[in-house]
Amino acid sequence: MRHRILPGFGISLGYALTYLGLIVLLPLAALVWKASGIGIEGLIHLLAAPRTLAALRLSFGSALLAALINAVIGLLVAWVLVRYRFPGRRLFDALVDLPFALPTAVAGIALTALYAPNGWLGSWLASWGIKVAYTPLGVLVAMVFVGFPFVVRTLQPVLESLDRDVEEAAESLGARRWQTFLRVILPMLAPALLTGFALALARAVGEYGSVIFIAGNIPMRSEIAPLLIVQKLEQFDYAGAAALSTAMLLFSFVLLVVITLLQRWSSRWMEKTR
Amino acid sequence: MTLELSHLSRRFTDFAALDDVSLTIDPGEFVALLGPSGSGKTTLLRILAGLDYSDSGSVRQDDRDFLATSARQRKIGLVFQHYALFRHLTVFENIAFGLRVRSRRLRPPRAEVKARVQSLLKRVQLEDFGSRFPSQLSGGQRQRVALARALAVEPDLLLLDEPFGALDAQVRVTLRRWLRELHEELGLTTVFVTHDQEEALELADRIVVMNRGRIEQVGTPEMIYQQPATPFVCEFIGKVNRLVMNRDQGHLAVGNWILDEDPWHSRYGQALAFVRPEHLALSVAPPLSGWSARLRHIYLAGSVAHIDLYVASLDQTLEADVASEDLSRLGLHAGMELYVVPRAATLFPQIRDGTTINQDRWNWRAASTTPT
Repeated sequence: MRHRILPGFGISLGYALTYLGLIVLLPLAALVWKASGIGIEGLIHLLAAPRTLAALRLSFGSALLAALINAVIGLLVAWVLVRYRFPGRRLFDALVDLPFALPTAVAGIALTALYAPNGWLGSWLASWGIKVAYTPLGVLVAMVFVGFPFVVRTLQPVLESLDRDVEEAAESLGARRWQTFLRVILPMLAPALLTGFALALARAVGEYGSVIFIAGNIPMRSEIAPLLIVQKLEQFDYAGAAALSTAMLLFSFVLLVVITLLQRWSSRWMEKTR
Repeated sequence: MTLELSHLSRRFTDFAALDDVSLTIDPGEFVALLGPSGSGKTTLLRILAGLDYSDSGSVRQDDRDFLATSARQRKIGLVFQHYALFRHLTVFENIAFGLRVRSRRLRPPRAEVKARVQSLLKRVQLEDFGSRFPSQLSGGQRQRVALARALAVEPDLLLLDEPFGALDAQVRVTLRRWLRELHEELGLTTVFVTHDQEEALELADRIVVMNRGRIEQVGTPEMIYQQPATPFVCEFIGKVNRLVMNRDQGHLAVGNWILDEDPWHSRYGQALAFVRPEHLALSVAPPLSGWSARLRHIYLAGSVAHIDLYVASLDQTLEADVASEDLSRLGLHAGMELYVVPRAATLFPQIRDGTTINQDRWNWRAASTTPT
């Protein structure tokens, strides 16, 4: 190890690793250990069960879709907040964080009240034949809601630091507005956009409180995987709950690794530290 | 193509960035817009680039309305102070950008794009850097890439906004010589903005000195330096000593320096005199006219030495330049008493309220330069 002028590397690294171990790895290890109680056969039996599969599909499918929607809408909102000056901008800006601050159960109840067949929006949508509450669509709505701030907040600083020069250069070189956006702005936002996407995705996969209120939790249809875990806990099936959790964990981990790789690839132009 | 700018004005909320600016730019000319920050030079460039607009006035390009065409269609090459490269694209792709965004009909075939980019890379001496990203280049290299990118679209007009502003002193000098050579090779009409007078004097065919949204003077570097048209140009270009002259018994004088001639026939009671440091003659023996001074300090700057002189009778510090080799010949050292007299000056008559009458300026030269 090279000698460093500024002291404290050893102690801060040690502290960080200890902390990470205690807060993150230890509980996860306990989880995996507990899950091993049901054995390979039990695990396969559990994961192959149609109800489990449906729940996992719903959880990850709607989480991915919600993150995608948030990436698009979040980019738009961040763009408006950074690029334009209009009355009420600061209020709008503050509102973005609300899904962070609200207890998830409150959000769930509010969304359910709004989208229930007799709710404000629900009754209107019902007249078009669209049902939101107590359907997979409701799960998606809740996930979009809780994941919304992530994309906006990760994009905002990057958008602010984006040089106007670069867009002007593109224009003077003959690029149309959409070409400038697709070829210049979007690629430079990609790493931050992927970060926001990953955060929104992680949040949506793990979301419990708000979703269970609006989902209706009909097995095979609108039942999310975390709810299945809670049900197993309530039936004192700790090993089963732990096994299902481990499966979710692995799946999430793989997704996040893929996103990180994508992100690394999309930011290959960033300054390499020598 | 000739660009004819007439009566351009641009107001921002609290000040006039451009105030009735008219200028003609000839084909193949290398023009510098020179001025302090806030003088309107960048606004003028941005209007030419189509990135800003004027409130009134027009720009005609060979009898076509230049301002009516969009920035995309003006066929201009634009280079920014901070390069404005696309940092997610390689050097090659940066240069190819302007060709790639063309509509299918106008886009050259892939092989031609490649050939054109290669030849531009060669021209800017970055042949082996095509696959690098801008973050892996030095400032001077980045600016050359920016220039190649601007040239790739074969513009009619090259606009450079403080192109050397972000570079080291040494790189700056090399790059500007190189740019001058490139201009001579391509003959492309070029307008560049700078606040560095040395850069403008060295590079440009013609300099446009701007101040507070107005043009102070347009001329060749030599004219600007030797025959400044306004007090602002005197003080902005090069170093200068500023003296207030009053009429004393019919003659304009400041202290013991008295002018015998008077082109204004006693019309003005006051004048501002600007004397360049190299136009102050030093002598040890008392001259007929001139000031006695104390030599305060000698700043040796290579071939030239800058000398601080304190003239007690004027209560003013003057700066004189002498060749370094003359220092010992004249026996100059700090603390000594000597005499100093201007050999040349630019004089602006002043009316009572202190306004200078610039069109009545007078480039005064001493009748015979007495050897020092």
